[in-house]
Amino acid sequence: MGKPSFVVVGGGQAGLQICESLRKSGYDGDLTLVAEEATLPYQRPPLSKKFLAGEVEEARLLFRPAPYFEKLDVTVRLGTHASTLDAQGHTLTPSDGSVIGYDKLALTLGARNRPLPCPGGDTVGVHYVRSLEDSRGLALSLAQSQRLAIIGGGFIGLEVAAVAASMGKTVIVIEMQDRLLARVVAPRLSDFYADLHRSHDVVLRLGSAVEKLTSLADGIEVCISGPNGRSAEVVDCVVAGIGVQPNQELAEKAGLTCDGGILVDIHGRTSDPDIVAAGDCTMHDNGFLGRRVRLESVQNAVDQAKVAAGTMLGQEDRYCQVPWFWSDQYDAKLQIAGIGAGHDHAVLRGDVGNAAFTEFYFKAGQLIGADSINRPQDHMACRKLLAQSVPVTAAQIEDPQVDLMQLARQLAQ
Amino acid sequence: MPKITYVETSGNRRECEVSSGLSVMEGAIQHGVDGILAICGGSCACSTCHCYIDEAWMEAVGGPDDIEDSTLELAVERRPSSRLSCQIKVTDALDGLVVEVAQND
Repeated sequence: MGKPSFVVVGGGQAGLQICESLRKSGYDGDLTLVAEEATLPYQRPPLSKKFLAGEVEEARLLFRPAPYFEKLDVTVRLGTHASTLDAQGHTLTPSDGSVIGYDKLALTLGARNRPLPCPGGDTVGVHYVRSLEDSRGLALSLAQSQRLAIIGGGFIGLEVAAVAASMGKTVIVIEMQDRLLARVVAPRLSDFYADLHRSHDVVLRLGSAVEKLTSLADGIEVCISGPNGRSAEVVDCVVAGIGVQPNQELAEKAGLTCDGGILVDIHGRTSDPDIVAAGDCTMHDNGFLGRRVRLESVQNAVDQAKVAAGTMLGQEDRYCQVPWFWSDQYDAKLQIAGIGAGHDHAVLRGDVGNAAFTEFYFKAGQLIGADSINRPQDHMACRKLLAQSVPVTAAQIEDPQVDLMQLARQLAQ
Repeated sequence: MPKITYVETSGNRRECEVSSGLSVMEGAIQHGVDGILAICGGSCACSTCHCYIDEAWMEAVGGPDDIEDSTLELAVERRPSSRLSCQIKVTDALDGLVVEVAQND
């Protein structure tokens, strides 16, 4: 019997983590990483922040330099699209036709941008921000543009707005919901961000949709319909950040169960016993939240991948880590611990006016998360409190004399 | 170019040339130093680039700011010499710096 052969499909953060975790756990069989992009695994968060702003060069985005993969004994196949997966036959066939056999497979396929559905969406040259190539292209366009329309008031849209506004560009953000970041933060945070962006002269068109995009001789016309009727703006550059869809097609065609992502259990296992999945492409049983969810974050990619790698080696780890997330816009550092959606009670600490505050979320008397703006102590304390799942009351949070980090440390003992 | 010495958890000493302007973490990643994981890519959000500053260098390097101080709460074994290497910028003044890689796994 030869050495086992494990294959990881998808060269992003989750894929890299699976490779690292496998080797660290002592896996010494063959390990291949199949990556669609032409670049070694790299960080995505800076693509809408420092890299877009020109503050960080490309080389610094790589997680690890090339020699690292040799040292780790991982065969990396870049620029290789995985066309077909034969789960029964345990083979993966890339588009160049060379079949790769596997004993165990990890799918870390990520997600792709949801395209703009409106007329003109596919002809005027809309910029999306997902890949290094996307961000390079947008950076070039930004340099030559004065007026920007950003479709989508989520994290991508707002981070790009912050970069562009800081460069002195005229920015219009068009958001369908009546508040910014509606899917991910509570109204108080939406209001904070609206004020923050407006203070940098960003125009916000809330409760509005883009009806049509048209190329003109001197720009792009954006037709918007909103609460006050229809209007048109002419801009030099259009950016869309309207969400992503999981790359589940390879799994679907292979007969794996998918439902808004590749379905995996709390161990990262798909409906096939020899295939795991992790990261943006998965709809997973989340041990911390106690429900099935798709999380699009660095934390999820890394922590889910660690569990999935263990599962490939026969361990039975459960994915229960506390979700966390961050966003940088202007001087505001947002840090999210846990997930506040579904809360029935919110408690504020700090000062919204000074852009240093935290909103803690409770559900049925239990702390479920917190959103912090420039209050890293609160964020870390909340992460610890959630990780230990210790009872902490709203009254304790409300009392500014209570040192939450002390509390977290005490209760941890 | 400034030289930074990383002492890996095995005791192995890695003397590396790191360009000014990069963080001590990035220098470690570039040179494949064991044990510096940098999961959050240097955003001061995780503490897996945790290192201990050699006593002789503590004054030159200085202490953590509020954000880093909070993130260090997540570190496995925090000491007075603890710093997150992603928050230390390499300069000529730090030529010869010695750091000990912490337990980041």
